[in-house]
Amino acid sequence: MIEPRMDLGPHLDGNVLAGPLREIFAMDVTAATSRCASCGAVGAVAALHVYANAPGMVARCPTCEEVVLRMVRTPDAAWLDMRGTVSLRIPM
Amino acid sequence: MARAAVPGRLTWRVAKLAEARTETPTARTLVLDVPGWPGHLAGQHVDVRLTAEDGYTAQRSYSIAAPADGDRIELTIQAVPEGEVSPYLIDVYGTGDPVEVRGPVGGWFVWRPTSMDPVLLVAGGSGIVPLMAMIRARRAAGSRIPFRLIYSVRTPGDVYYADELRRRARDDAGLDVTYAYTREVPEGWPNPPHRIGVADVNTNGWPPALTPDCYVCGPTGFVEAVADILVALGHDPRRVRTERFGPTGG
Repeated sequence: MIEPRMDLGPHLDGNVLAGPLREIFAMDVTAATSRCASCGAVGAVAALHVYANAPGMVARCPTCEEVVLRMVRTPDAAWLDMRGTVSLRIPM
Repeated sequence: MARAAVPGRLTWRVAKLAEARTETPTARTLVLDVPGWPGHLAGQHVDVRLTAEDGYTAQRSYSIAAPADGDRIELTIQAVPEGEVSPYLIDVYGTGDPVEVRGPVGGWFVWRPTSMDPVLLVAGGSGIVPLMAMIRARRAAGSRIPFRLIYSVRTPGDVYYADELRRRARDDAGLDVTYAYTREVPEGWPNPPHRIGVADVNTNGWPPALTPDCYVCGPTGFVEAVADILVALGHDPRRVRTERFGPTGG
């Protein structure tokens, strides 16, 4: 658990997605619970491992390290790729 | 005015520096006036954006250090050597200067005064900032919820909010503060410098049977180590909330 399985360098966590995602969504998505499409692990978006040293932000599952979501902000658009998320449970 | 009342898209606001305090030789607290600030919860953060004359922008996230005081918020900035943003905010940014702020953001790593469970806070270095916001919010709300803070720092000179923490540990009933020094200890300290370990967390934290809410904030390696210790000691992983501070360019 202390080292990721691949050498991906240091990561942050889903808390850093709060600002970029609130630019798009009316709710705070980091408090939502997501289910990983690869391993089925369930946990807060805030607890995903986020690699911010790429173009954009890549959030990986803390259990299996597969990509859960990616976000890239360009000057005139935001790209959100959620291929690794089966579902999001958003507290209302 | 009606627009501001709708919790719609997050927008940038222009803040101005009202006052600043030096916390350590490498950390500075900024008190910002943010007109129309909507309020926030302890543990939330803001994004700060700087724009150069040529239009180049740099953006960073900073935890809010204290409960809102009207339109005023406090951030504590740690200098990141060779960083793009923090050296400016620490050495150059002066009273009355503008900076863009958006927030508050983040709804997971937060403590609400309505929560009834005991709280364990574990801070590594500058990870104290959002946890200090929780300690201050507890005080402001007159909460009696038992709090314990374990604060890991390199040396005694690296402690943020040192005087206030001493005062609160004495005056805020139900708040315990302990320190773990990794490089240099105060004179007469009973233990040699060491990285935080099972014994520190077990001795100065809460037993898992009390189902405390645990908040761990610091550099990635520190957070991973402490979260693993808490889970190994029997704490429910869902009650261990983490926030990693890392090298995002400073």
